[in-house]
Amino acid sequence: MPLLSTVDRAGAGVLNLLEFTGAMASFGGRAIVEAARPPYEPGEVIRHVYSFGYRSAPLVATAGLAIGVVLSMHTRASLERFGAEAMIPAGLAIALIRETGPLTTGLLVAGRVGAGIGAEIGAMKVSEQIDALEANAVDAFKYLAVTRIIALMIVMPLLTIIMDFAGILGGYLAEAAVSGMSWRMYFERAFTFIAFSDLIPATLKTVVFGFLIAVASSYLGFTTSRGTEGVGEASTRSVVLGSMLIILGDVILVKIIFFFYPPVAG
Amino acid sequence: MKPGEDGPAVRLDHVSKRFGSNTVLDDVSFDIDAGKAFCLLGRSGTGKSVTLRHIIGLVRPDRGKVFVCGKDITPLSGRELADVRKHMGFLFQNAALFDSMSVADNVAFPMRRHTDWPADKIRQSVQEKLSAVGLEKEADKMPADLSGGMKKRAALARAMALDPSILLVDEPSAGLDPITAGEIDELLLETKRGGTTLVVVTHNIPSARAIGDDFGMLHEGRLLARGSLEELDSSDEPLVQSFMKSHGGG
Repeated sequence: MPLLSTVDRAGAGVLNLLEFTGAMASFGGRAIVEAARPPYEPGEVIRHVYSFGYRSAPLVATAGLAIGVVLSMHTRASLERFGAEAMIPAGLAIALIRETGPLTTGLLVAGRVGAGIGAEIGAMKVSEQIDALEANAVDAFKYLAVTRIIALMIVMPLLTIIMDFAGILGGYLAEAAVSGMSWRMYFERAFTFIAFSDLIPATLKTVVFGFLIAVASSYLGFTTSRGTEGVGEASTRSVVLGSMLIILGDVILVKIIFFFYPPVAG
Repeated sequence: MKPGEDGPAVRLDHVSKRFGSNTVLDDVSFDIDAGKAFCLLGRSGTGKSVTLRHIIGLVRPDRGKVFVCGKDITPLSGRELADVRKHMGFLFQNAALFDSMSVADNVAFPMRRHTDWPADKIRQSVQEKLSAVGLEKEADKMPADLSGGMKKRAALARAMALDPSILLVDEPSAGLDPITAGEIDELLLETKRGGTTLVVVTHNIPSARAIGDDFGMLHEGRLLARGSLEELDSSDEPLVQSFMKSHGGG
């Protein structure tokens, strides 16, 4: 009997997971369809671009600077053993632009913006503001979810570029402190091995990160129940789910990028 | 009178609704004439608010149909449903003001969305709506800075922003002191005098007596009684008698 009960619980858990995944995928699919249909709500999209982008930029830049310093110190420690200190700027730039920058930006945005979307929409749900939008003849899904999804897809590559350049600047500061290397030389060395095929796909994949974060947090906001406790839960789960989705999504996206741009793999 | 431009302002035709295993509405039918105030009475949890939500299409019936001015809104969605909703206002029990907007922006919201009025006209119209509910000095405040009664009045101004032909009101006096509740009742009466059809959900009999022309009472999802307040007061149905007596009726 206890074994049967455990199997039952496991089965119910799997079914719940499948139901949740299906519902969220359907939510994301609906967002894509609705994004193509008028009205386009440009005012709301711009408002969210400002809110997500401009207000996240200081956090991303600061994190990028710190990551650049730390990466530079680690890279120096490794490359010094082989007498390859000259490769520090290039190694750091490649690591940042290809992977560290996009992924770290995604995780930071999942924390700052994802939590905010989940909490804001969740609070609107439990206080009947979403119903009030609908009662005012406004498509709440489009007005609240689609506009945020589009805005975050616009913002993510821009924040990633900020992260990349802040990281390179941080790396330069660390390197300049140790070896006195000039900015010009550091910059030239950093970009010697960087091609557009490194920068463009890696930066553009964050558009997908933005989609995943915004869909997950909007979905959790729209399905919030149980009052303020539910709002808190929606916020927390938005961060967890958003972070998990971008890490898992990154595995697939890197594989796709390698397929289309083989030189990146080499 | 808009959407279908025909028939009673609101008609529920054998509407049933279940949430999971819980039957919330069971074969409910009634008509509401245009320009009248219909008060839907009943204890908490008897399906009154769900009935209101059916009328504005926030909830769809499992069975039965909902007509607004002769138009069957049951199969409508998207823009068609939005077009019907533009002729209706909804005053939520907890006001449901958009908390990221000022009071004035809340009232201006439907105007900005559904009219091509210039900014000056919207500003003037917002001022008029706020004056009508006595909140002209609170225009720039945020909803969080308002008292419960002020929130209700601001929400009423928003619900009336486009001068709807039907106003749905969910528990207008809930959580308010008797004086403030009386002020809200007076505002609703003003609205009725302007020709708007009112559908008011309440369990406050004095409030219903002040506002209503016509009454219905729900119990466990069924329409237990329908008629004038006097008819409900003199009903033979023990549950209706008990409800009316316990809340100041009869």
